[in-house]
Amino acid sequence: MTGAMNPFRSLAAILMLAVAGALLLPWQMELQRLSKEARFRTTPIDLSLREQVGQSGFLAALSGFRSPLAAFLWIEAHTAWEKTEWGRMTRLFNTVTTLQPHSLLYWDIAAWHMAWNASAAALQDTKQQSEVLRERARRQYIDLGRDFLERGIRNNPDSYLLQERLGILLRDKVEDHSGAADAFAKAASFPDAPAYLKRFAAYEAAKVPGREREAYDRLLVLHNEGGRMRAPNLLTLLRKLEEQLKIPAAQRIKEQAPASPSFPANPSPSPRPRS
Amino acid sequence: MTAAPTRIIAIGRNTFTELVRQKVFYFLLLFALIVIGNSAFLAKFSFQEEFQMLKDVALGAMSVFLSLLAILATAMLLPRDLEDRTIFTILSKPVPRHEYLLGKLLGVVILLALSTIVMGALFLGVLFLREQAALMETQRSLSGSPQELATALDAIRKGAFSWDLIPAMAILLVKAILLSSLTLLISTFATSGIFAILVATSAYFIGHLQVTAREYWMSGVGIHWWTRIFTALVALIFPDLQAFNLTDDIVAGTALPMSLFWQTMGLGGVYTAVYFAVACFLFQNREL
Repeated sequence: MTGAMNPFRSLAAILMLAVAGALLLPWQMELQRLSKEARFRTTPIDLSLREQVGQSGFLAALSGFRSPLAAFLWIEAHTAWEKTEWGRMTRLFNTVTTLQPHSLLYWDIAAWHMAWNASAAALQDTKQQSEVLRERARRQYIDLGRDFLERGIRNNPDSYLLQERLGILLRDKVEDHSGAADAFAKAASFPDAPAYLKRFAAYEAAKVPGREREAYDRLLVLHNEGGRMRAPNLLTLLRKLEEQLKIPAAQRIKEQAPASPSFPANPSPSPRPRS
Repeated sequence: MTAAPTRIIAIGRNTFTELVRQKVFYFLLLFALIVIGNSAFLAKFSFQEEFQMLKDVALGAMSVFLSLLAILATAMLLPRDLEDRTIFTILSKPVPRHEYLLGKLLGVVILLALSTIVMGALFLGVLFLREQAALMETQRSLSGSPQELATALDAIRKGAFSWDLIPAMAILLVKAILLSSLTLLISTFATSGIFAILVATSAYFIGHLQVTAREYWMSGVGIHWWTRIFTALVALIFPDLQAFNLTDDIVAGTALPMSLFWQTMGLGGVYTAVYFAVACFLFQNREL
């Protein structure tokens, strides 16, 4: 192209763009506010992310390709899992969850890999002779899993799923039944939470010395709801708590506990559907 | 003399035909390969991971292809018309320059819209097939109560398709149209097609940093006056392309409020109109 531009016309064009930009500025800011309110565009794209993903990854994240980048790193983490490279997996999971903090799936599976797979592998690590150190490594991985869930909850406070997963982790891996009861109760308080979470909260509270009365009250409320809530485990535990708390006969439930009580084994499904 | 809309449509149709003749739709094959190949590769993951990554990769690929197509297709329009002298044939007839530009933009918009529809249909088709496969596999393997099965099937359905994917693709299209309009503006003063591509690509990256420049400029804390002027210029002249990056969060499951969607679409429309108006202003008295 050979056409020459009039410099005054070019200057006028720049001015036109600047004026339009100034007029659009309040709209842009309102849109940014609306986006943040709806939990869009909240991921900080800063130097810490630059360090995690490298220059080209940072450029991709800047250009609006956060989610594909997260997907590629997730596949890399999966490969690391197949090679049981736990340290690399942890780093990749941290990056993926930084890139996509509102994806529950990434927090959930990252926590599961750390608290279940990596912790079990650490305990069976033949390279480590000291049992004390193996146990220490196991605990560290469980803590990492817990950390993923807690950070996930902070980033997604309106979802029950990660609260439920935290409850399962505290119950099965940390044996902190009080914490598990609180996590299940919190998860159960969400409107879309499955009904069984209320039972889980009560089952865990019943295992904590001093919280039996609370567990009994919770179970009684569920029992009074009737229907599917009157699960065999619930009836068994309610009977047990009635004895323990010396509830007067007139106030006790009418149903008999099942002949072969199954409480309180692990009543929940596996934390991961399939992997 | 024919009416303005007829002339614009004629130029638009011609531009679209020219672009199709250049076999630009071949990139759709590459997109199909990415989506289908990715889907086959992801079969070793759990169905939740598979759906998530399929959506991540497909929408990411759509975004890349649409942006590239918008910049490359538009940047070559004016230089090619000048090179093969078509522009003189058109403008020697009673066709105002702004109609010529609008026709050119219309041709690219048709191309972008058609590409979005084809890529979207392909992506949703693959997603549907994978969803059906996961549903059948779960029905076959799960031996629980009917309620448990229903819950599991519901979880699969929720993990796969979401109605928010449709507005997500519409936003990608609007962003591509905006880029096309911006590239058209650049090509009205560009000295060559390559120059237009380079400047438009730079504008694409700067547009994604516009929000950072804007915040820096508006905070005004401890910055020199020249930095302030520079950031103000970036904030005012370039579009806020981050405003159109909603797909990352939509894929993660964040619900898209309709008010946010329409405002984003509206902003895209206004940006497109502004860049087109300035392109017309620059092109009006340009010596050819």
